[in-house]
Amino acid sequence: MTRNTVPHSSGLDRRTFLSRTAATAIVISSGALMCDSESWGLEVKALKPETAHTLIRLARDIYPHDRLADQFYAVAVKGYDEKSAKDPTTLAKFEGGVVALDAAAKAAYGVAYADVGWEADRVALLRHIQDGAFFQGIRSDLVVSLYNQKEVWPLFGYEGESASKGGYVNRGFNDIKWL
Amino acid sequence: MAKFDLNDESLVVIVGSGAGGGTLGTELALKGVKTVILEAGGRNEIEDFINDEWASFTQLAWTDMRTTSGSWRVHKDFANLPAWIVKSVGGSTVHWAGASLRLQEHEFKTHTTYGNVAGANLLDWPITLAELEPYYAKAENKMGVTRTNNIPGLPGNNNFKVLEAGAKKLGYKEVHTGRMAINSEPRDGRGACQQIGFCFQGCKSGAKWSTLYAEIPKGEATGNLEVRPNSQVIKIEHDASGKVTGVVYADKDGKMQRQKARIVAVAGNSLESPRLLLNSASIMFPDGLANSSGQVGRNYMRHMTASVYAVFDKPVRMWRGTTMAGIVRDESANDPKRGFVGGYELETLSLGLPFMAAFLNPGGWGREFTSALDSYENMAGMWIVGEDMPQETNRVTLDPAAKDKFGMPVASVHFDDHANDVAMRDHAWSRGKAIYEAAGATNVFPTPPYPSTHNLGTNRMSERARDGVVNAHGQTHDIKNLFVSDGSQFTTGGAENPTLTIVALAIRQADYIAEQMGKKAI
Repeated sequence: MTRNTVPHSSGLDRRTFLSRTAATAIVISSGALMCDSESWGLEVKALKPETAHTLIRLARDIYPHDRLADQFYAVAVKGYDEKSAKDPTTLAKFEGGVVALDAAAKAAYGVAYADVGWEADRVALLRHIQDGAFFQGIRSDLVVSLYNQKEVWPLFGYEGESASKGGYVNRGFNDIKWL
Repeated sequence: MAKFDLNDESLVVIVGSGAGGGTLGTELALKGVKTVILEAGGRNEIEDFINDEWASFTQLAWTDMRTTSGSWRVHKDFANLPAWIVKSVGGSTVHWAGASLRLQEHEFKTHTTYGNVAGANLLDWPITLAELEPYYAKAENKMGVTRTNNIPGLPGNNNFKVLEAGAKKLGYKEVHTGRMAINSEPRDGRGACQQIGFCFQGCKSGAKWSTLYAEIPKGEATGNLEVRPNSQVIKIEHDASGKVTGVVYADKDGKMQRQKARIVAVAGNSLESPRLLLNSASIMFPDGLANSSGQVGRNYMRHMTASVYAVFDKPVRMWRGTTMAGIVRDESANDPKRGFVGGYELETLSLGLPFMAAFLNPGGWGREFTSALDSYENMAGMWIVGEDMPQETNRVTLDPAAKDKFGMPVASVHFDDHANDVAMRDHAWSRGKAIYEAAGATNVFPTPPYPSTHNLGTNRMSERARDGVVNAHGQTHDIKNLFVSDGSQFTTGGAENPTLTIVALAIRQADYIAEQMGKKAI
């Protein structure tokens, strides 16, 4: 994805901001999340920016696709922010879940979850909470909020809607050649 | 367009507009019988269908509350979605894949053929294949089934070619693109298949048969058929003599209406049909209508269903084209040497990326899950349709607590696998794996059953009233003017997709009902 191709339908904004030398993508600036390398920003309305940042990290650890940029996980988290803005119980669930997650990370590794360096270490923590309501709520939501983004589909090769293009009868429905 | 009066006691009233109800209503209308179909869902036409899995699901799927129990995986992964069926005019013929196979001769007499299987409530159907054959022939002609009536088979898509290559390498003999109710060439005013690949989301070319656009309009054109959508039947009423007199339904505004009837036919699919009979309990019938046998709701079957997905080192692009035009039939024979009775069909199946994420491995997460999905473009898939054993304890009951928005108890589905089901599924998984490995698969996944799209047996046919709910014509043993017209009639499930049999039974039932009405017997 280049700087100018952030799809507007994702609801993330292109912003200009101070550059950072850090290699990791997302930084928190003025109450929003910014991603220089991918050229988007995410304003959070209800969640604390640090919470949203942790949730993005968590989302990727639950469904890690190395070829998917952070923005796709950020779009999923944006949905949580919107739900949290409408319902204080939901907000408390997300904030509380992240507080507990960070506490577990600090106990095991001395740092907050998003700062635990190695994926394997973070996943080891997640295995302890995988049957809980917080993890399961996020995981089952991601099944739709991550994989139902139309912008994600081409990265898996999936071609989506077909009828308006005349179906696949002339577009390779039986073009397999390697059998 | 016909519009019948609520107080018209001469009408046949049918609950549901799918393969059973839609066919029955059309056939009766063509015979001059005035008929009202009450459909709980809305009327979504071809132009309304959406080539998008989740959006289509929201549009078409029956998502009213249901509860589940039992050791089946569906209870764990999809506790309130035991079935994926349609709430829209056309019923599940809107979203079905089109596979149209006749049941085999021995599958009408499983008790005689398989003997006593401990824990299984096997029973012979009160009809034979020979008796149903003329109606199978009519159904195949009506629906335009490929490989019958001089209709060529559909061309094989990528997913089929992978299945075919592997199956032939293993020596399987009956491997082809299926007997499908999908036009391979224009027929009956509908065009040929465009290989759109969204069969499960409503066929936007109309090539696939559905009561929505292939039957109901023909019935409506006679002036004898009225289809009322957004009309959910709550209760069936009866008089002091035990005859049904009509139904109470919630109209599109949620207001209760009473539609009188000479005859009522229940065709709400195998969860709602028994639920309706149970919810119609009265002082005279405290266990629900037509339930002197206690079998209403029991013997629920779902064809075992599991899937196999395989990954290859090169692209397959299985989503391109028909979802299910591909079959290996060799394992559908009864061959107890394999360690189980009954057989299974292996049929191609494809899901889009969004549904694959939901169903490939429900609850799965982490790299084990994502590495499979990363290979989505290189995946092929098949579905296992096998004869699961009827068990009395697998049943639909009224949930003791949960109620719908009209205050009526919802359906609760209890299911446990029978040992025969487990043995059959394990065998099928291993054969499916072998097929894909023979074609060069680098990884293979056994996918557990998802919400059932084949739902059968909960108002089963029987010779004797004590063994089941309806007779060989789908007429309830207890109440002469009350019929069942959907797959809940099935005494046993066979290994074949049920729609062709439901349509054949409905055509035969229409003949019977018209004849009995002519004799003034009902």
